[in-house]
Amino acid sequence: MDFGLSDDQFLLKDTIRRYLESECPTTRVRAVMESETGHDPALWQGLADLGVPGLAIPTAHGGSGLELLDLALAAEELGGACTPGPFLACAMAAGALAASDDTDAKARWLPAVAAGRAIVTLALGEDGGVWDAARLRSRARDGRLSGRKPLVPAAAVADAILVAALDDGGPGLWLVERRAPGVDVAPLRGTDMTRRVAAVTLTDAPGIKVAEGRRAIDRARDAGLVLLAADAYGGARRCLEMTVRYALAREQFGQPIGAFQGVKHQLADLATDLEPALSLWWYAAHAHDHIPDRAERHAALAKAHLTDLYDRAARVATELHGGIGFTWEYDLHLWFRRAVFDRAFLGDAESQRLRAADLAGW
Amino acid sequence: MNLSYSAEYERFRAEVRHFLAEQWSDPGGERAASLADLTGAHVRTDARATAFRLLAIERGYLYRHVPRRYGGSEQPADPLKSAIIADEFRRARAPYEIMGQGPSMLVPTLLEHGTETQKERFIRDTLLGTLRWCQGYSEPGAGSDLASLRTRAVLEDGHWVVTGQKIWTSNAQDAEWMFALVRTEPEKPKHDGLSYLLIDMKTPGIEVRPLRQMTGDADFNEVFLENVRVPEANIVGRRGQGWVVSRSTLKHERALIGGAHLTRRTFDGLVMLARALERDGRPAIQDPVIRNRLAELEARLLAAEYHGYRLLTMSARGTEPGLGGLVTKLYSTVLGYDIAKLAMDVMADRGLLAPGEANAPAMGMFGLAYMWSLGVLIAGGAANIQRNIVAERGLGLPRDPRK
Repeated sequence: MDFGLSDDQFLLKDTIRRYLESECPTTRVRAVMESETGHDPALWQGLADLGVPGLAIPTAHGGSGLELLDLALAAEELGGACTPGPFLACAMAAGALAASDDTDAKARWLPAVAAGRAIVTLALGEDGGVWDAARLRSRARDGRLSGRKPLVPAAAVADAILVAALDDGGPGLWLVERRAPGVDVAPLRGTDMTRRVAAVTLTDAPGIKVAEGRRAIDRARDAGLVLLAADAYGGARRCLEMTVRYALAREQFGQPIGAFQGVKHQLADLATDLEPALSLWWYAAHAHDHIPDRAERHAALAKAHLTDLYDRAARVATELHGGIGFTWEYDLHLWFRRAVFDRAFLGDAESQRLRAADLAGW
Repeated sequence: MNLSYSAEYERFRAEVRHFLAEQWSDPGGERAASLADLTGAHVRTDARATAFRLLAIERGYLYRHVPRRYGGSEQPADPLKSAIIADEFRRARAPYEIMGQGPSMLVPTLLEHGTETQKERFIRDTLLGTLRWCQGYSEPGAGSDLASLRTRAVLEDGHWVVTGQKIWTSNAQDAEWMFALVRTEPEKPKHDGLSYLLIDMKTPGIEVRPLRQMTGDADFNEVFLENVRVPEANIVGRRGQGWVVSRSTLKHERALIGGAHLTRRTFDGLVMLARALERDGRPAIQDPVIRNRLAELEARLLAAEYHGYRLLTMSARGTEPGLGGLVTKLYSTVLGYDIAKLAMDVMADRGLLAPGEANAPAMGMFGLAYMWSLGVLIAGGAANIQRNIVAERGLGLPRDPRK
């Protein structure tokens, strides 16, 4: 019984953190988010050189063969630094591909993703807030896909898109190359400018079926939920730390504002809720690979709980900073915006809770 | 990360189970949850329970941090074994370590600061629950600001003569002894003037007056002391060092175990309640609002449970828990309140019925739990004191000004 990180995992976090501290200050985050694609190939290559996109890709395909927990620890660090780029997209899509039986597709794409040479993403959600595989309207027929995916992360810079759709046998995943005919990708402006989304419209686009049944889709979604929870934790922790620092430095009425109980208690309440929440997403990540009958429910609960906390952390941080926190120049809104993405993507907190209630058999 | 126990620990668990199967059967069997279960107040100290505890101590299962010569089982610190023991004893509903203020507060204090005579005289019976203690700390003018207490003790021909008033003294009506903070050095400021005394509650000059709490019961008291003569040797630690002595905390693993399972039991009771009661013509648990609130609470409860695993692991690895250890009281008491509050909402108008009223759901125990949850938010360091502790010691924010 050991509910803690290994030395390797501490080292992994530390390595990523040090890389991001030196290579991804908020000046660079801003430059990337104001760029056309929102993607910085050099930054991503640096993360790939550290092994980040390949963490959970099997060693046979050029990855490290680790687990969702290791990916989630990376997500925590990336969230803490508000790192722009296609991490979430690649992690979800590569995870789904790695679970597929299609050896050709795996051999072609996974080593490239692990090395940072290719970007893959997953197109799941559909109009009307649909994230449930059974309610998809995108269709596959004779190796051709048609449908609309309104919010696909990193689609504009992706080389391949894993599309969740239905054929006569039910739900499945199809691999579609972004440059193939019949694939239209319309970049969108997002509230979170560090993780771009695009609307993808498929019109008889050629695709290869790489997974059959809703389980492959659900597993990819669950991995995404855990990664969002970890990103939220990293971001919330960062909001708390920034605000504690500010409260120690900023003086009003002749003392640091952090000496006022109104400020202290707001921060203490946040820290009190945040600290145990770490263990919730750790457990959810661990369950994904080791406790299958609890994985889906914990992913839903962790995503709901952590993204709610992230929203609160970003709000409290902004509020306690006062006017400066509301400016464009001050960095807080980067995290505030990122919290909006974490909350909304893959389904909001209340829908996760309703699903968790169903899964509990209540 | 590995949530299973190694073969060594699984063997240990089997050994504990075997011991329990041989030595303890619960005559009541599986009882319905009662309020005593929910609050953890149900502690047996009858002869059968005491004989069992002695056997369990002999086998090395209870009071592992206490030396054998004082009545403990003196085992090497092993948080995982302690967790297994707590788990298995709870499952078997067997008498476990007594949770009262004697074993949890006085015993660690005596172990650290007591004289040999004090240790030999008091610890063994306290651990068995046959010697019961109350805590004489709070006073009418000294609650959160404990160091401003005014009960004084003057040394006169071999006795401390104690005069003053204590308040919110839980179980003073049953306790044989009180451990108390009193002012012995009136010229010294605040913390520096206090001493830690052991007072026999049968001493002339002590009057206990029950205080009814909001639940209608009287579990705490006012204690008036008028020229109470306490033998000079009943001081723990040195004169004027009472503040330091009283802060001996639980420096052993049990501090980390056992909070979340009571909350889990209340939550599971709430789910049963929501299944059983109707709301708009269907079981309350089918109402999406109730389902969402249950799921929200369960995420927080699971976080508390896994946080317990994390603290246990840190303890096993010899890592300081830091902020993680400071937040648990505030976190669990606020959660306990929110769970009880949802139970009140699930009961809706039936929540109007008092505990014990025939038609009150679950015998009204959730109404009591709701009120009790306020009590535990206050007891042992009120919520805002906890917030100060988290902010100051956990986050490094400035200390409140003190005079």
